[in-house]
Amino acid sequence: MTANDVVSVPDLRGHFGKFGGRFVPEALMAALDELDEAFRKASVDPSFLKQLRDLQVNYTGRPSPITEAKRFAEHAGGATILLKREDLNHTGSHKINNVLGQGLLTQRMGKTRVIAETGAGQHGVATATVAALLGLECVVYMGEEDTKRQALNVARMKLLGATVVPVTIGSRTLKDAINEAMRDWVANVETTHYMLGTVAGPAPFPEMVRDFHRIIGDESREQMLSRYGRLPDVVAACVGGGSNAIGIFTAFIGDADVRLLGLEAGGDGIETGRHASTIVGGAVGVLHGARSYIMQDDDGQTIESHSISAGLDYPSVGPEHAYLADIGRAEYRSVTDVEAMNAFKLLCETEGIIPAIETAHALAGAIEIGKELGEGAIILINLSGRGDKDVETAAKYFGMNI
Amino acid sequence: MSLLHDAFARAKSENRAALIAYLPAGYPTEDGAVECITAMVEGGVDIVEIGFPYSDPVMDGPTIQDAVNISLEGGTKSATVINTVKRVADLGVPALVMSYWNPIERYGVDSFATDFHAAGGVGVITPDLTPEEADDWILATNSHDVDRVFLVALSSSDERIAKVANATTGFIYAGAVMGVTGARTSISDAIEGLVAKVRRHSDLPVAVGLGVSTPEQAHEIAQYADGVIVGSAFVTAIKKDGAAGAKALAQALSKGLAR
Repeated sequence: MTANDVVSVPDLRGHFGKFGGRFVPEALMAALDELDEAFRKASVDPSFLKQLRDLQVNYTGRPSPITEAKRFAEHAGGATILLKREDLNHTGSHKINNVLGQGLLTQRMGKTRVIAETGAGQHGVATATVAALLGLECVVYMGEEDTKRQALNVARMKLLGATVVPVTIGSRTLKDAINEAMRDWVANVETTHYMLGTVAGPAPFPEMVRDFHRIIGDESREQMLSRYGRLPDVVAACVGGGSNAIGIFTAFIGDADVRLLGLEAGGDGIETGRHASTIVGGAVGVLHGARSYIMQDDDGQTIESHSISAGLDYPSVGPEHAYLADIGRAEYRSVTDVEAMNAFKLLCETEGIIPAIETAHALAGAIEIGKELGEGAIILINLSGRGDKDVETAAKYFGMNI
Repeated sequence: MSLLHDAFARAKSENRAALIAYLPAGYPTEDGAVECITAMVEGGVDIVEIGFPYSDPVMDGPTIQDAVNISLEGGTKSATVINTVKRVADLGVPALVMSYWNPIERYGVDSFATDFHAAGGVGVITPDLTPEEADDWILATNSHDVDRVFLVALSSSDERIAKVANATTGFIYAGAVMGVTGARTSISDAIEGLVAKVRRHSDLPVAVGLGVSTPEQAHEIAQYADGVIVGSAFVTAIKKDGAAGAKALAQALSKGLAR
């Protein structure tokens, strides 16, 4: 397989092998076609690319650095651990990369209103930020359960001028927030762009969101070559919908010697059924507009996912991850809540960096693979977000009085 | 010809539109749904759409979401849906299923068409499946003599209307509003234009649904469409007055169908 074989997916109808596609109401087909056209035109329009580049550098603060985590690495078999610092982006996570691109596209399509779903609140905050920057009306749907888990981010979105709508149906988490956002979109599609926050959903979202995030991997690859003179042995990232992982994987997909490792949320453990590991523990199905691995029962009803991390608590996964898993190009493992929280604390105490709980899943996976590979191995982790939003959850978890 | 064809033909010969009613299987219970549907047919419903309850109904508003949740919490399974189809078909009325795609894919595309046909079902409406993703479904429905109903929307281009019309059998479902299911106080004027556009591409009957709840709206739509589809209003009537409420609504809507 050459690099191009993989990177050239999806096909013209948004299929990554048997995954992806568009399973949506007919009412949305015109909007998806419009978005697809706007995205393809913008992708080759120098003025769009210049505008986006300017925002990436002067607003987000790109490129994000790579930090070597020496004290943390002592707990990871002595492998070299490198952190791609997406947590240092404006708004505190990788999510800004995608919303800047989609925000500019919204303007190009002449739409004045954006809607978004959010789990941990990071994508909601990023969307509210870009809406403020570009003067767009912004409504964010968030499961009621998540508005409690992530109260700080709710306040941030409100400060940024967004309306936050708590979703009180179903499991009251990310999946239901997406359902509500899609219902809003069907009704208001003429004025409204749905700023989907991950590499899931109907085509062209998985491809478009990937392309707006691939700068993570593109920068990393260049930084590795210029600073270390070689590529990493492993690139690791957490996977819920999978946007930060695809963002850092894409540049390395053609490098056959670089292992790509996605860490899914194992919740209480796969064997308990209370998890969010769709590739490791799910089955092929259709949810939210795309075919992928999903969590479902024998009747095709979605099973609620479980994770301490709101951002990974999602019962599907981006179709490109399903494809990369199927063809064996990327490997996916499951990390439990306990393992993630141990890694969370370890990074705090050894490196002075408080990671997002989502990101802590990648750290836990890196510890494990570091021990497998030992000294001499280089593991690059996408440090996708910072943990300020998780301080309360973590303090409670560790039994601290605050 | 098929029961479905006959139902539209009969309505046409009576110079009216056909009345198509939707109710989720298992709402309010498995037996209760059949009882309500029986009352709806007595009240004048020509064609029945049995909803396949699904955990993530993105095309449905609060009324049907609630009904579906009650059904799922009551233990509705795929087998309940097939069984309901059989019981409704036994009433001698054309029985369709309306289902989001994943439950059918999970059941097995060919198995579902086989079992649905064996139960006496005539057609399946798939609101989140467009012809582009329907290769397996087209094969299965063709080989098991099941009509497949795709939707057109107010936003559909001429090109898409042609594609949908070409892939559809039975009748074409035209969405009257841009949005989810649920009663609306007014129906867009644009729907008449959409029905006219569909007719340029197909000789199949065209039925209009989404947001339709009153005899007045039914009357308006009956002037240009072959069928009027009502869902949420039946759920609301049943919630309030059970089978008697369903029958009364069917009777009231029937009066609006004349041309």
